[in-house]
Amino acid sequence: MKEHLFEYLLRLGDDSLILGHRVSEWCGHGPILEEDIAMTNISLDLIGQATSFLKYAGEIEGKGRDEDNLAFLRIEKEYKNSLLVEQNNGDFGVTMMRQFLFDAYRLPLFDALQHSKDEQLAAIAEKSLKETKYHYRHSAEWIIRLGDGTEESHERVQKALNSLWRFAADLFQADEVEKALEEAGILPNMADVKSEWLKNVQAVVSEATLSFPDNNWEQHGGRNGKHTEYLGYLLAELQYMQRTYPDMEW
Amino acid sequence: MKNSDWPLWEVFVRSKQGLNHKHVGSLRAADAEMAIENARDVYTRRSEGISIWVIESKNVHASDPSDMDSLFEPANTKVYRHPTFYDVPDGITHM
Repeated sequence: MKEHLFEYLLRLGDDSLILGHRVSEWCGHGPILEEDIAMTNISLDLIGQATSFLKYAGEIEGKGRDEDNLAFLRIEKEYKNSLLVEQNNGDFGVTMMRQFLFDAYRLPLFDALQHSKDEQLAAIAEKSLKETKYHYRHSAEWIIRLGDGTEESHERVQKALNSLWRFAADLFQADEVEKALEEAGILPNMADVKSEWLKNVQAVVSEATLSFPDNNWEQHGGRNGKHTEYLGYLLAELQYMQRTYPDMEW
Repeated sequence: MKNSDWPLWEVFVRSKQGLNHKHVGSLRAADAEMAIENARDVYTRRSEGISIWVIESKNVHASDPSDMDSLFEPANTKVYRHPTFYDVPDGITHM
């Protein structure tokens, strides 16, 4: 059970870490000052969540690895984030669509995880839920604005949905890890979380006058460490300081 | 997206229960909802507030600086409008 919990904590922590890093790439490049600050806030929230999840993961693993160690000193295949969060920022529409698909998943997940039999996990979920509610409100509103906005914004955000939809499926990985944790009451019924996610996504997509791509192809692999080519470049930047100056602190 | 396409909003934040909303600055937003969210991120991210008001700047009517003499000057010579001529009785501590 410990290995399964460790594995799942990596999924949670890495999703937050990698998306947090991606969103931080916008810092100083936001479309307007206010949005620049909003995105930096969201990025910091996510990195804070990653700290909590990875710290706990290290404790569960019991091999003396702390959150920094897990964040900075693993190799690409050891990261268990979903393929969705590692995708490049693209334009603002792509970034917001990626964020929205992710927030819509985190919202029902954290809501349910508050009642996990694992007290530590429940506590982290409860704290993170407040942040996630705001992230969702922010990203869902942007999707509606952009989708139901000008011809150009509609076209761009529709393109973003078309290209990201196959990666969104990777958020859910009904494998033996999740099943074992479900049975132990540590995870909620993930099929319920998925249908809640889909319901939220469909409602916003339709309000935004967007449509789902015809192709329902699902691209999986992130939860098993099989990533798209973008993660390596991200990690090179993320890990540079710690690799170059081992054990540096400031 | 041009910044100038969006109207300017004035932001008021109440720092805690029982205090007034205080003007903290202004920002650009497409509508009231976005203005509140932007205000949340720009002005309350270091726990500065528990309530936000936004008002479109065009709805704020200001006094004319050139009227300063007639509006405010007369009050300066009316010291008797300040309750400073009373002796505070002994035992009153919070005044």
